[in-house]
Amino acid sequence: MKVVIMGCSRVGAWLARLLDAEGHQVTVLDNDSWSFRRLSFPGLLADFKGTALVGNGTDQEALKRAGIEEADVFFALTQGDNRNVMATQIAKHIFNVPRVICRIYDPLRQELYCTLGVEAISPTAVFAQMLQKKLES
Amino acid sequence: MYIIVVGGGRVGYYLTRALLDEGHEVLIVEKEESTCEGINEELGSICFRGDGCETATLAEIGTERADMLIAVTGHDEDNLVACQVGKHKFNVPRTIARIRNPQNETLFKKLGIDVTISSTNVILEHIETELPTHPLTHLLAIEEGGQEIVEIKIPPEATTIGKSQRELSLPRGSKLALVIREGGKNSVPTLSTTLRAGDRVIAVTTHDSEEELRSTLRGV
Repeated sequence: MKVVIMGCSRVGAWLARLLDAEGHQVTVLDNDSWSFRRLSFPGLLADFKGTALVGNGTDQEALKRAGIEEADVFFALTQGDNRNVMATQIAKHIFNVPRVICRIYDPLRQELYCTLGVEAISPTAVFAQMLQKKLES
Repeated sequence: MYIIVVGGGRVGYYLTRALLDEGHEVLIVEKEESTCEGINEELGSICFRGDGCETATLAEIGTERADMLIAVTGHDEDNLVACQVGKHKFNVPRTIARIRNPQNETLFKKLGIDVTISSTNVILEHIETELPTHPLTHLLAIEEGGQEIVEIKIPPEATTIGKSQRELSLPRGSKLALVIREGGKNSVPTLSTTLRAGDRVIAVTTHDSEEELRSTLRGV
């Protein structure tokens, strides 16, 4: 599959390396090239062999350069909820990417965008729930 | 009307002043504490400190009874989310967003934001008007229907100088409304009006035929 990941955060980089190792064609977009160091941190995962591009994922031109027009999946994983939400909606409504997945820290906003048809995950809610489960077990 | 303004920067501040003058009930939502205090000192307690993209904040300030939400922060993504939350969570009848990247206009429209104002485009258009060499300036776009009002400058090298409107065949759907001429000798053109160098022609046209109208009037 062709995958575009916006935001080479810890999660973005980790996901990029996982998917790359699985044989997917992965492009990572970040507006700071310094973030790409995470793609080659030694340790648990193989080095990333896909494409790393400097660019702003809320800019349509940058997304085109990252191959959004042919992408099967788009992930929005920057630190900014609103940036993720906007990039996701660009991918979905302008470029018609078949699957778009978005991180939204704020659980209330995550719930709203889920009702608007965005596949959104709130790490805040998920992690809190995990911790709660820990106590129960 | 009860109007919520998201973003207390310069645009938000002056917008609010204008809306207050018109007698509206206005509330600014601003994240930055010092900005908030500054506004409250000057305009009275009308600035609420909070994140205008957050459902909780908007609930606290009674967004469900707002007639309008205007998002004018410097970030397109924040303006988009504030409008979407206002619209979908609180059923605000009218949402207006400021846009800095003109490319985002299509997206915002698709997502149901009622009005978008691209500050970049507005500034560009104003500068275009002041450029003596710029052949065509957009003065007004009528969104529904695609008509627009433009200004076309007739340069000294135009091959249409001395020709009357009758001799030029204007594209369909285009009509000349006014010829602005040096010395204030402006006129509403008739078929026998001839073009002179330096004329500025105000015309009604459509987005699709503006190029054809420009070349018809300038001959170049």
